[in-house]
Amino acid sequence: MAVDTAPPAPSDPSAVPPAASQSPEQGGTALAPVRMALPPRPVTPRSTAAGGTGAGRDTSSQGHLEITRLNAWYGSFRALKDIDLTIRPHAVTALIGPSGCGKSTFLRTLNRMHELIPGATVKGSIELDGIDIYGSDVDPVRLRRVIGMVFQRPNPFPTMSIYDNVAAGLRLTGRPSRPDLDLTVERSLRRAALWDEVKDKLRQNGTSLSGGQQQRLCIARALAIGPEVLLMDEPASALDPSATLRIEELIAELKESYTIVIVTHNMQQAARVSDRTAFFTMDDDRAGYLVEVDDTSRIFTNPRERLTEDYVSGRFG
Amino acid sequence: MSAVMEQPSAGPGVASLLLRSSTDRRRTWFDRLYRSVAFLAAVLCVIPLLAIVGFVTVNGAGALNLDLLTKPTRALGIGGGAAAAILGSLQMVPLAAVIGTPIGVFAALYTVEFSGRRAAGVIRFAADVLVGVPSILVGIFAFTVFVLPFHQFNAVAGSVALAIIIIPVVMRTTEESLRLVPGNLREASLALGVPVWRTALSVVLRTGLSGVLGGVMLALARAAGETAPLIFTALGNQLVNVGNLGKPMDALPLFIFVNARQPYPAQNSQAWGAALLLLLFVLVVNVLVRGRSLGRRAR
Amino acid sequence: MVLLVAIAARLAAGSASTWQRFGAGFLVGQTWDVVNGVYGALPFIVGTIASSLLALVVAVPISLLTAVFLAELAPRWLAVPLTFLVELLAAIPSVVVGLWGVFVLSPLLRDTVEAWFVAHLGFIPVFAGPAFGIGLFSASVVLAIMILPTIVSIAREVIVAVPQSQREAMLALGATRAETIGRAVLPIARSGIVGAVILGLGRALGETMAVTMVVGNKDAVPSRLFDQAQTIASKIATTFNEAQVGIQVDSLIALGLVLLGITIGLNVIARLLVRRTAANSRGLATGG
Repeated sequence: MAVDTAPPAPSDPSAVPPAASQSPEQGGTALAPVRMALPPRPVTPRSTAAGGTGAGRDTSSQGHLEITRLNAWYGSFRALKDIDLTIRPHAVTALIGPSGCGKSTFLRTLNRMHELIPGATVKGSIELDGIDIYGSDVDPVRLRRVIGMVFQRPNPFPTMSIYDNVAAGLRLTGRPSRPDLDLTVERSLRRAALWDEVKDKLRQNGTSLSGGQQQRLCIARALAIGPEVLLMDEPASALDPSATLRIEELIAELKESYTIVIVTHNMQQAARVSDRTAFFTMDDDRAGYLVEVDDTSRIFTNPRERLTEDYVSGRFG
Repeated sequence: MSAVMEQPSAGPGVASLLLRSSTDRRRTWFDRLYRSVAFLAAVLCVIPLLAIVGFVTVNGAGALNLDLLTKPTRALGIGGGAAAAILGSLQMVPLAAVIGTPIGVFAALYTVEFSGRRAAGVIRFAADVLVGVPSILVGIFAFTVFVLPFHQFNAVAGSVALAIIIIPVVMRTTEESLRLVPGNLREASLALGVPVWRTALSVVLRTGLSGVLGGVMLALARAAGETAPLIFTALGNQLVNVGNLGKPMDALPLFIFVNARQPYPAQNSQAWGAALLLLLFVLVVNVLVRGRSLGRRAR
Repeated sequence: MVLLVAIAARLAAGSASTWQRFGAGFLVGQTWDVVNGVYGALPFIVGTIASSLLALVVAVPISLLTAVFLAELAPRWLAVPLTFLVELLAAIPSVVVGLWGVFVLSPLLRDTVEAWFVAHLGFIPVFAGPAFGIGLFSASVVLAIMILPTIVSIAREVIVAVPQSQREAMLALGATRAETIGRAVLPIARSGIVGAVILGLGRALGETMAVTMVVGNKDAVPSRLFDQAQTIASKIATTFNEAQVGIQVDSLIALGLVLLGITIGLNVIARLLVRRTAANSRGLATGG
C-alpha cells in the first residue's frame, strides 16, 4: 500500500502524498489510468483480491450521479420537489440548507435508504454511471454496497470488536479467508486514518473508542466493501472540533478515490471540504427543493440566486 | 475486496449492479424465507386465541341459559346452575380489590412521588418478581395464615390470596399512569404550600385517576380468572353463600375446574357455559382498558 | 417486598417438619405414600421440569420469530392489532385454557401428532405408545401456548428498544432485512431475549390449572413423552384440600417451597437481564 512508503502520520495529511489515499485494492491495472496516476510503490501481497476487483470493475465506473426530477414523500407529505442535480465523480459535493429542507432525505434517496421508512416513496430517476438505480432490475441491497453511507452519530456495532466492525460488510456476502480479511480490514482502517491508533487493539470493542475514532471506524466499515460513492450525513456534527478536523482531512483524502456527497449544517465546513455545493431550501408547503448548485467557491462568494446569497451570508426572511 | 474473492464477477462496482451472483440470489431467497417464516409464526401465535375463544363460544353458548345464571348447583346429581359460583365471584373479587387496590396504589405513589430512585427500583423489582410467583403458592400462603389457624376454609382467605395477586398488577399500572402526570401540575400545587402528601393524593391521583381505574379493572379481570389460589382457601361450595365470609364460597373458575373433571357431559357443558361467562368478562375488560391505552400510545 | 419475604417464610415454616424428617432426601425420593407416610418429590420435580422444558422447545422458536415479526417486519397496521391479540391471549384465565385443553386440544393431539409419533417412531422408547392425549406432551403444548405471550411481548419490547441507527448501519452495508436482524439487532437484544425466555420458563414451572387439567395426574416419574405425569403445582392443586394436616400438608408445602425457590431465582435472573439490555440500548441511543 501507498502508506507503506509514506510517513505513517495520519494526523498530518499534508505529509501524506495524495496517492496515499488511493484505494490500493482497487488499483488493478485496469483502473489506474481512469483514476489518478499511481506513484510507483512496492508491490504488496495483495492476494487475489485486487485482481478480482479489477476484473469486476469496468473502467467506466466512476460514481457519476445524475438526478432527474426527483420527488420524495413521507406518506402524503412531499419532502422533495423536482430535484435535478448532477453529482460529479471523485469530488466532494456538499448539501447545505436550513433544517427540514430535505437534505438528509435527498441523501437517503441516493442509496435507497429512504424507502425503508414506512410510507416513504420516491418518484423520478437517479442514474449512477448510466444505470437507473430505481430500475426494476436493481436490487437495493446490492446498490448499498456500491453507494456506502456514514451517519450523523457514530454507530459502530456494540457487540463486535473493532476488527469485526470493519469486516461486517464483507462477511455478508460469503466467507472470506482469514488472510484476505486481515488485509482488507487493515487497508480500510489505514484509509480511514485509524490504523495506527487501533492496530494493537483490534479485538477490543468498537464502542471503547472515542467519538471521533468511532466515526472513523464507521468510515472504515463503509470503505471495506469497496463502494464507488460515499454518502455522509453530517458526519462530524456529534464530534468535538479536533475530531471534526480529522474527519475533514480524511474527506479530502478520500475524494481521490470516491465520489462523496456530504450533508452539513456547518457552512464553514461545506466551504472547507467541498468542491461543489448544492443549496436546498423549502417552499411554502415545506417541500424541499434545490435552489442552485455550483462550484463551492462561487456559492460562497458570488452565488447566482438571491436566496443562496441570503443564506450563506446569514440573512433570514 | 473479499466480496469478490469468491466471485470475481460479483464484486461491487456500478456495472455489477445489474448482475446477480448466486450469493445474492441465495441471500435474497433466505431473506424472503425468513420473513415468511416469521409471518407464519405470528399467525401461529394467534391461532390458539381464536381457537380457545371460538370453542368456548360455541360450546358455551349452548349451555348458557337462565338456569345456569340463576340456579345453584344441585347438591346431588346433575343439573342446576352456577349461581353459587357467580355470586361467590361477585363477592370475593371485589373484596380482593378493596384489600389490594389501596396497597398497590400507595406502593405506586410511594415509588413515584416520595422514594429515591434506588428504593423505587428495589420496590419495582420486587413487584416484578411477585408477579412471577406462581399463584398456587400464594394460595398456600393464604392457607397457612387464614385457614390453618381457624381449621375452616373461608372466603376471606380466598380474597386475601386474590388481593396478593392483584397488588403488583395495580401497582405497575398505577405507576405508569402517574408518570404521565405533568410535573408542572405537581409544582403548581407545591408552590401553593400544599404538603407533599396532599399534592400527591389530590392532584396527581386525580389526574391519573383514569389510568389507575384501568389498572384496577385489569387486576379485577385477572383475579376473576384465578383458580389456583382459591382451591384451598375458599375451597368452593355447592350452596349459595351470600355474606358469610367466614365460610367456604364457590367461584366461577372453581366451578369450571370442578365440572370439567366430572364424567358427565351435562356437567362438562356447564363448565363451558361458565367459561364463556368468565371469558366474556375478562376479554371485555381487557379490550376496553387496553384498547384505550393502545389508541393513546399510537405513535 | 414484605409479601415476598412473608410468603417464603410461611412456606419454610410450614414445611419444617418435612425437611426435618426427610432432609434433602425429600427432593430425590420417588414415592409419595400417604398411607405409610413416606414423601418424595422426585416425580413432581421431574414432571415440572420436563413439561416446562418441552414447552420451551415448542414456544421459543415460535415466539421469538413472532417477536421479530411484530417488532421488525410487520407494517404498523398489522403489528398493532397482532400485538394486541397476543396480549389478549395472556389474559385468558388458565382454567379456561385447561378446559379447552382437556376437551379440544388433547384429543386432537392424540389423534394427530401423538398417533404419528407412535406409529412411525414408536420403536424409540421415548415415543412409544399408548397415546392418551392427556399427559406430559399435551401439558407441554398447553404450557407452550400459555407462555407464548410472555416471551413474545418481552422479547418484542427489547427488540423495539434497539436503536434505529444500528439497523441503518447494517442496512447501509448492503445487508438484507434478515441479515440486519440477525447480525445487528438480535445481538444487542440477546440478553433481554434470554431474560424473556427465562420469564417464560418461570411462568411454565408455576402454571397450575391448565396443567393440572391435562397432565394426567399420575404420581410417577414419566419415562415416555406421552406418559401421564404430575407437576409440583398440579400435585398441590389436586391433593392439598383433602390432605391431612400434619406431615402430609407439610410435605405439600415443602413442594411449594421448592417451586418458590426455583421461580424466584429464575425471575430475579430474568428481570436483571431484561433491565440490563434495556439500559444498554438506551445508552447506545443517547451516548456517542
